[in-house]
Amino acid sequence: MAQWEAVVGLEVHVELKTNTKIFCNSSTEFGGDPNTHVCPVCMGLPGVLPVLNKKVLEYAVKAGLALNCEIAPFSKFDRKNYYYPDLPKNYQISQYDLPIAEHGYLDIEAEKENKRIGITRVHMEEDAGKLVHQGTIMTTPYSLVDYNRTGVPLIEIVSEPDMRTAEEARAYLEKLKAIIQYTGVSDCKMEEGSLRCDVNISVRPTGETEFGTKAEIKNMNSFKALQKALEYEIERQIDVLEDGGTIVQETRTWDEEKGVTVSMRSKEEAHDYRYFPDPDLVPVVMEDEWVEEIKGSLPELPDDRKKRYIEAYGLSEYDATVLTMAKEMSDYFEEVLEYFPQPKIVSNWMMGDLTGLLNASQVEIENCRVSPTQLAELLKLIDKGTISGKIAKSVLEEMVATGKDPAKIVEEKGLVQISDQGELEKIIEEVIVSNPKSVEDYNNGKKQAIGFLVGQTMKATKGKANPGMVNKLLKEKLDQ
Amino acid sequence: MSLYQKTAHELHQLLINKEVSAEEITNSVFNRINDVEEKTKAYITLTKEQALEKARNVDEKIAAGEKVPPLAGIPIAIKDNICTNGVKTTCASNILYNFVPPYNATVMERLNGENVVITGKTNMDEFAMGSSTENSGFHTTKNPWDLERVPGGSSGGSAAAVAADQCIAALGSDTGGSIRQPAAFCGVVGMKPTYGAVSRYGLVAFASSLDQIGPFTKDVTDCAMMLNAICGHDPLDSTSVKNDVSDYTKFLQNDVKGLKIGVPKEYMTEDLDPKMRKVIEDAVVKLSNLGAVVEEASLPHTEYALPAYYLLAPAEASSNLARYDGVRYGYRNVDADDILEMFMKSRSEGFGSEVKRRIMLGTYSLSAGYYDEYYNKALKVRTLIRNDFNKAFEKYDLLLSPTTPSTAFKIGENTDDPVQMYLEDIFTLSVNLAGIPGMSLPCGFVDGMPVGLQLMGKPFSEGTMLRAAYTFEQNTEYNRQRPAL
Repeated sequence: MAQWEAVVGLEVHVELKTNTKIFCNSSTEFGGDPNTHVCPVCMGLPGVLPVLNKKVLEYAVKAGLALNCEIAPFSKFDRKNYYYPDLPKNYQISQYDLPIAEHGYLDIEAEKENKRIGITRVHMEEDAGKLVHQGTIMTTPYSLVDYNRTGVPLIEIVSEPDMRTAEEARAYLEKLKAIIQYTGVSDCKMEEGSLRCDVNISVRPTGETEFGTKAEIKNMNSFKALQKALEYEIERQIDVLEDGGTIVQETRTWDEEKGVTVSMRSKEEAHDYRYFPDPDLVPVVMEDEWVEEIKGSLPELPDDRKKRYIEAYGLSEYDATVLTMAKEMSDYFEEVLEYFPQPKIVSNWMMGDLTGLLNASQVEIENCRVSPTQLAELLKLIDKGTISGKIAKSVLEEMVATGKDPAKIVEEKGLVQISDQGELEKIIEEVIVSNPKSVEDYNNGKKQAIGFLVGQTMKATKGKANPGMVNKLLKEKLDQ
Repeated sequence: MSLYQKTAHELHQLLINKEVSAEEITNSVFNRINDVEEKTKAYITLTKEQALEKARNVDEKIAAGEKVPPLAGIPIAIKDNICTNGVKTTCASNILYNFVPPYNATVMERLNGENVVITGKTNMDEFAMGSSTENSGFHTTKNPWDLERVPGGSSGGSAAAVAADQCIAALGSDTGGSIRQPAAFCGVVGMKPTYGAVSRYGLVAFASSLDQIGPFTKDVTDCAMMLNAICGHDPLDSTSVKNDVSDYTKFLQNDVKGLKIGVPKEYMTEDLDPKMRKVIEDAVVKLSNLGAVVEEASLPHTEYALPAYYLLAPAEASSNLARYDGVRYGYRNVDADDILEMFMKSRSEGFGSEVKRRIMLGTYSLSAGYYDEYYNKALKVRTLIRNDFNKAFEKYDLLLSPTTPSTAFKIGENTDDPVQMYLEDIFTLSVNLAGIPGMSLPCGFVDGMPVGLQLMGKPFSEGTMLRAAYTFEQNTEYNRQRPAL
């Protein structure tokens, strides 16, 4: 049986976070009653003209630079002609042969390998509106159109066909999302559609250099969906080829419920978009000076931040990767550090307990009820010896659930750590008296028996005893 | 002489001297419309009530001692492809038969700022595609000089309205000659300014890279006044250009001494009607006698202008007109079972045959596999034509030609032969391809029908054109002749 390899390329649409639309002054705000964020220009009424929003250009350039692209000194807008009721002009203003940015790359890590994925181009375009059906598109007696999203600025980021597995594709998309989020030009919320992904995929025998016939898959709304759709599609294409069949060039859609890709339309039905330069817009000429200015405004990007976490903070590669993957996570980490500058401890708590608690309640870090300062407060309480690490875990649990300050929880529940030597000695003596067997074991050289005695002491204090002191005092007593 | 027969600058003097009121002027024009509109059918929509209200408003300002702008209280007609807030804007198309824009074109904002009185919206070839107004979805406008002849097009309604004194001046649009050709046919002054000189915001697009709004007037002075009102940079139009001419009337000098004028030989061919040729040659002699240096010039790629134009303009039109699909406004076929059928039926029934022909031409030339052969090649020809003009303007201040190959033709004469109709624009469309200004002014008559003299200049040389035109006008009588209706 031949070995197969997949060839995967991604086309990612990202909504830019500008206040107004790409060619008019209407609001880009998500939500809002249907057709309230519109004007004659984005409604495509007769006689109106587009004027490029300078912020869109700035953001597109910023994204291009963050993706290591060359910024085109001269680019232009073209019309992509096709009829659909959510497209008021029945053409989309996009960039065809002269996009704003080209020839970039980003680095991913997948299956423990580092790999550089090429970025073919980044171009600007306008978003379309939304059809609202009663029930499904097949059964609805009529459809309504909401043009609020029409003209919201998008950038389309096209990768080279450099990925070979579903996991690489997922790693690419995660990295791309992280980079774009860091630049601040988009929220990249897949669930709100501000990050959308189409994928081109073909398979070929390993070692072959020619590409196989590709299929395009649309409608994947999460990283998980992307990976599952790709795994399914790779498998499907290999099966077809191994059964002696041929792959049809077509567009397929991912059916999340059934976990399969389904054919939408074949190449024969593909549109001829009749691209031509939009005569209503003038070419975009980028001055070097402005490109440099935008470059200077780029924030620290995930790779640099990760490197800093490893080199300056001494975090492990894995921890640094996880902490920097999402901007919200990393920003949270940075903010905790401002109040509690011990990176390793902060990292451990965030990667461990906090992430665990958030996952359990399916809350994203940006919606976490525990503010970075509150987490820092908690860590300070441990650091000062006010509470033990073990108690802190339960305090954090309550913080996540209620958003209360850690000091308040500690006070309300009387969780302050017992660090008073006299008090601890009294308790330890009682523990020694009630556990003669363990004491005997210890004295006979089974030094690990001390662990049991520590446990008993903690139990007697409901976990409030200062564990370091308990250890020390117990040892002193037993060794007397 | 009745008020409606006067020019804008004459009426302005009467107004500020308080010899007449704006209301009297407006009433005079509407009385005239009442008398002759049935013959000319120049208008699609009349806005008498708003016009009178505006006129009274201007009168109040004058009575209050306010200094009013030169065009205040002057009745002006607007081609029906220029968006007017609250007033139907149809493009003479059934697909927009009920469209009322919720916004003004920038030129309307500017005219409103001048306190102009708007008489109504004028007839045209549907979506400005045509040379006779016979392609109007509603009715054909008649030439006031001979009601059996066309007024030219596409801005035929505006040209006829000015010629028949149904307004004092008018706005039209010119994509391949749509101001100059009807101005020539109707014996009035028409100007297509430099591409980018007048904002296109609110002009319903036919071919965006060629369209330009411009004035029809009874004389050259009014033309300069209209340019003052409508020219200027507009942030709503990315293709509009910053230009520092603040007052075009200062170019109105009766002097062409030393002005270098070229007459492109490609425009004076054997095919030119001998009577037309004579009229143009007389005009050349006149200008020479007045001191201009007139020589034969050459624009060698002229013969390729027409085919290039008829690839580029329909290509842009096929995309510009895609939005008329019945979804948001205008005509919709309500019997369709699905969206595709609704699109197809609404468009098939809403558009007239010439519009459909051009949409098909344009769609074809942009299609995969034909783009390089047609659209791209036409773009290259466009560059050659632009270069021709650049080269000619190294030597000449202006170029001169007949505006049209013949005088106004009979209604129905060319309707079965689209190519013959396209040839009507043969002398005018190069100007649009090159983006330069062009104007037509009355220069004589052939068999009782007016002949237009076309002047062409380098970008933003409207002032030089006005100077030559003004000098010609001051030394001839053609613009003072009016049709007997």
